[in-house]
Amino acid sequence: MSLLEVKNLTISFGGLRAVDDFNIDIKRGQLYGLIGPNGAGKTTVFNLLTGVYKPDEGIIKLEDKDITGLKTIDINKAGIARTFQNIRLFKDLTVLDNVKVGLHNHYRYSTIEGIFRLPKYYKVEKAMDERAMELLKVFELDGEADYLASNLPYGKQRKLEIARALATEPRLLLLDEPAAGMNPNETGELMDTIRFVRDKFDMTILLIEHDMKLVSGICEALTVLNFGRILAQGQTSTVLNDPQVITAYLGE
Amino acid sequence: MKKMKMTKTAKNNFVTYFIVLIAYILVQILLKSGHMSSLMEGLLVPLCIYVMLAVSLNLTVGILGELSLGHAGFMCVGAFSGAFFSKCMDGAMPDGIRFFIALLIGAAVAGVFGIVIGIPVLRLKGDYLAIVTLAFGEIIKNLVNVLYIGKDNNGFHFSMKDSISLHLGEEGQVIVNGAQGITGTPHDASFTAGVLLIFISLFIILNLINSRDGRAIMSIRDNRIAAESTGINITKYKLMAFSISAAIAGVAGVLYAHNLSTLTALPKNFGYNMSIMILVFVVLGGIGNIRGSIISAVILTLLPELLRGLSDYRMLIYAIVLIAMMLFNWSPKAIEWKDKLKEKYFSKIPFRKEKEVK
Repeated sequence: MSLLEVKNLTISFGGLRAVDDFNIDIKRGQLYGLIGPNGAGKTTVFNLLTGVYKPDEGIIKLEDKDITGLKTIDINKAGIARTFQNIRLFKDLTVLDNVKVGLHNHYRYSTIEGIFRLPKYYKVEKAMDERAMELLKVFELDGEADYLASNLPYGKQRKLEIARALATEPRLLLLDEPAAGMNPNETGELMDTIRFVRDKFDMTILLIEHDMKLVSGICEALTVLNFGRILAQGQTSTVLNDPQVITAYLGE
Repeated sequence: MKKMKMTKTAKNNFVTYFIVLIAYILVQILLKSGHMSSLMEGLLVPLCIYVMLAVSLNLTVGILGELSLGHAGFMCVGAFSGAFFSKCMDGAMPDGIRFFIALLIGAAVAGVFGIVIGIPVLRLKGDYLAIVTLAFGEIIKNLVNVLYIGKDNNGFHFSMKDSISLHLGEEGQVIVNGAQGITGTPHDASFTAGVLLIFISLFIILNLINSRDGRAIMSIRDNRIAAESTGINITKYKLMAFSISAAIAGVAGVLYAHNLSTLTALPKNFGYNMSIMILVFVVLGGIGNIRGSIISAVILTLLPELLRGLSDYRMLIYAIVLIAMMLFNWSPKAIEWKDKLKEKYFSKIPFRKEKEVK
């Protein structure tokens, strides 16, 4: 059954059709890759899916529910979480608090209970701490829970962003160039992490990536974008051997 | 791990409360033993007011991360609504209860103003927000200056023209008299009440920061786009921080009004100079550092008075102290040195040790 179904998604900025007639169908539990040369419109697709931009045309369906045109926050509540190409952590909060912000909508107590430190505050905060530490452990960040997020090394910041996204309990996780700026060792580690997240959290993942080793290593299906249009779509091995795709990447 | 973190913030908050308490006890001792000049005595309540204003503005500037230059406007709203209530109810109820209700009214009215102003204004960012809040502060001050409210047997009368156009009955009484403001507000403010209010403000702000709501507010400050896509309701939490900050400024205003017999809205007390002065307290004390705001508000309020003997050199020294404080708080070298000092002298305190053991 498809988890995310996008039909005819289109957006223009001025005269430029940044994304033109974009279609995608992602099955539950799939690891799906979105690739393409720079400026092809990949991040714009992410911004459309997460409600940062409103599409001019097209329908976005998550589990058969129409989420087209919803606000970012409501799309997150509907079950899509994302990371960013340029890392966007809450840099002056601790690592633990970053994840706890992700848990915000799933663990509740009122402002009054928070200010007056009523029993529910302690109970819920304890549950949040435990859940956050669980998530941090998955990414081997539990030792740094007390650090400020900005003090983490680059690779760990990427991981923390994924942990924070997972804390919102999404059904679809969007990763925007998770391996950007990583060395081959870190990339290898990241591939394991992504696979692990998919299996452990039963997650469906759509990722943008330039690192072909990562893409061919973990993605089960691919969509290639070029100048805002779909160039090729399908099984990873088939797509990567498509002459059109090779041309787009390497030139004639 | 988790326990350690909680003790750390709890310890930090404890130190803040403790400093205020010690300062209060010290002042009480000085007062009782007669070692305080009448000039200093007169400064005690204003000190409490400035501390509350600085602490509350820090919630907007440091924790929410939005630059507001209209804080004196909220103080003005609180001052006039509180004084208005006290004037109406003078003699109708016991002083303590009346003052308490006046404080609540000041907080509520300023808080509502915070929400009403915040809804359109918080869509702006950075400089634009600063400009609009600055204008708001000035507008409030000028509106109050042309506001006439009177009371007679038929109830309340309002006018924006003059006191005659209120058409009051025989036994009618003008309560808010335009530029003359409110006269004869009961003198309910005291140093003890001020310190108590500081404690309550600290309690609210520090506990808010270390809660689910506080985290949401700070996440907006650190990265609005990420906060939104993490499911944080930006508008709600911005308004929450802004209105709580306004409400506490309103309480400070009520305290201010009940410390004077005549309350008028002048550029001196509710103008933008005041807003900027509060901002100076916050910036010098450290943006986001509540304890720093308290300390810098106290130092910068006392300093001009203490230096009165130096007459012409007073403002020169004041300026030098401003620069020195800024260097001390913000230069990387000074921060490093402070951390080292902390390690050296405070590492032996028991709950600190727990942190190192993990």
